[in-house]
Amino acid sequence: MPDNYSFGIEPVSCHAFNKDRTQVALSLNDSEVQIHKFAAGKWALTDTLAEHGQRVTGIDWAPNSNRIVTCGADRNAYVWTKQSDNKWKPTLVVLRINRAATSVRWSPQENKFAVSSGARMIAICYFEQENDWWISKQIKKPIRSTVTCLDWHPNNVLLACGSTDFKARVYSAYIKDVEEKPSATSWGSKMPFGNLMAEFSSGGGWVHSISFSANGERLAWVGHDSSVCVVDAANGQQLTTVKTDVLPFMSITWVTDNSLVAAGFDCCPMLYTYSSGNINFVSKLDDTAKQQVAGKVSAMARFKAMDSRAATDDSANETTLGTVHQNTITQLSIHSGTKSKCTKFATSGVDGQLVVWDVKSLESAFAGLRIA
Amino acid sequence: MSKNVSSDRFRKVDVDEYDENKFVDEEEGGENQQGPDEGEVDSLIRQGNVMGALQAVLKNPPMNTKNQALKDRAEGLVLKVLSSFKSGDIEKAVQSLDKNGVDLLMKYIYKGFEQPTENSSAVLLQWHEKALSAGGVGSIVRVLTARKTV
Repeated sequence: MPDNYSFGIEPVSCHAFNKDRTQVALSLNDSEVQIHKFAAGKWALTDTLAEHGQRVTGIDWAPNSNRIVTCGADRNAYVWTKQSDNKWKPTLVVLRINRAATSVRWSPQENKFAVSSGARMIAICYFEQENDWWISKQIKKPIRSTVTCLDWHPNNVLLACGSTDFKARVYSAYIKDVEEKPSATSWGSKMPFGNLMAEFSSGGGWVHSISFSANGERLAWVGHDSSVCVVDAANGQQLTTVKTDVLPFMSITWVTDNSLVAAGFDCCPMLYTYSSGNINFVSKLDDTAKQQVAGKVSAMARFKAMDSRAATDDSANETTLGTVHQNTITQLSIHSGTKSKCTKFATSGVDGQLVVWDVKSLESAFAGLRIA
Repeated sequence: MSKNVSSDRFRKVDVDEYDENKFVDEEEGGENQQGPDEGEVDSLIRQGNVMGALQAVLKNPPMNTKNQALKDRAEGLVLKVLSSFKSGDIEKAVQSLDKNGVDLLMKYIYKGFEQPTENSSAVLLQWHEKALSAGGVGSIVRVLTARKTV
């Protein structure tokens, strides 16, 4: 059984774990960020970071430098550093956007972060030693609508983004002040800042989430038209799309070099594999429905239910969903392991729950399932 | 009540049209889309080959054209084919379609729901049930999110 933790009735807007996963920073649909510490099987609130004026839309926790970056609907981003007295101190980052920020991600080397926004642009922020502040440079062309999701390539320069203009794009976010010139990759060799390396159409829906594979050679994203797309840069940028028969996904991540876990409006994580240009659905990863044992219902109760609720079948309990999450899953994150070999992943959703799924126990719960 | 003597025509101006950042869909060449071939479909129905008629009517969907008359004609043709099926044959017909075919059928079904006639809704509901079990809720989501409708 996956470990699930409830944080109340408000949706979890976004979450981020620290390096050893003993702490989690999350926001419960308001302008505050709560830091919880894991002790004795439960999460306990240790800090509240209150600086944003409006709803917090994105949180990311840099594992090595231990800095938290948050962004919100108030068009601001703050970088939080832990002081010697154990308090988190915010530093405002001027993004120069005139619409809400939608998500934020630290780069792999943690010397930059990217903020996507409704202002049809992405702000790449880096720290300038001279003036002791964070500067932002903007990527605008040719984005035509809100940018909803971001993911960095492992080379710290390339950035993938999905947008509500139905496109997934790969940009170069090379900042010469903080890094060396990157060597060529399968996405191209010329990488000046803001250069559009590749652009793909996903079909008909907003792109909700995008994820580079561990080695950066493949890119996967999910769209609101219930589709999952994968591009293989190593194979001539071959684009594969699968139109699923389930509700749209809100989040996707690679868990091995060939497997993807996606989750969304069906409240259930699902496993897909990608091989030689084909995306194959493997299995739903939530077996709660199977475990629900139907108890014996008395004849009196049966007729009563038929009379008052027109309930014609035997399902005794119709007030909860047959999945761990009781509402849409909005974010997936790797909990233990890497995108290449994930051992645990976490999901958070509109039902206010954070659930940690163990790959090994999933493999044993579903006979014959191998996540490889 | 006092009357506003100055002009209030400004209230009827569609300000979104003047927004320079307004999102416009890409124009894909759709001038050569004719919609399904009426003659071919009609003859197949007359021959009693309803399966063939279904395949034929799902060809060349008028997705990219702005010609409303063309779209209405295509929808009418599809409705004619769907109504000429016996209830028991619907399931087999839906099984014979590929994924894109099921999605396209769903689009036509919902288009048909928009303009109900005497018996159309009953027929469309039967087809909807079978198409749903083949395409899942994903096919309905694609009807709702499609930028270009049939």
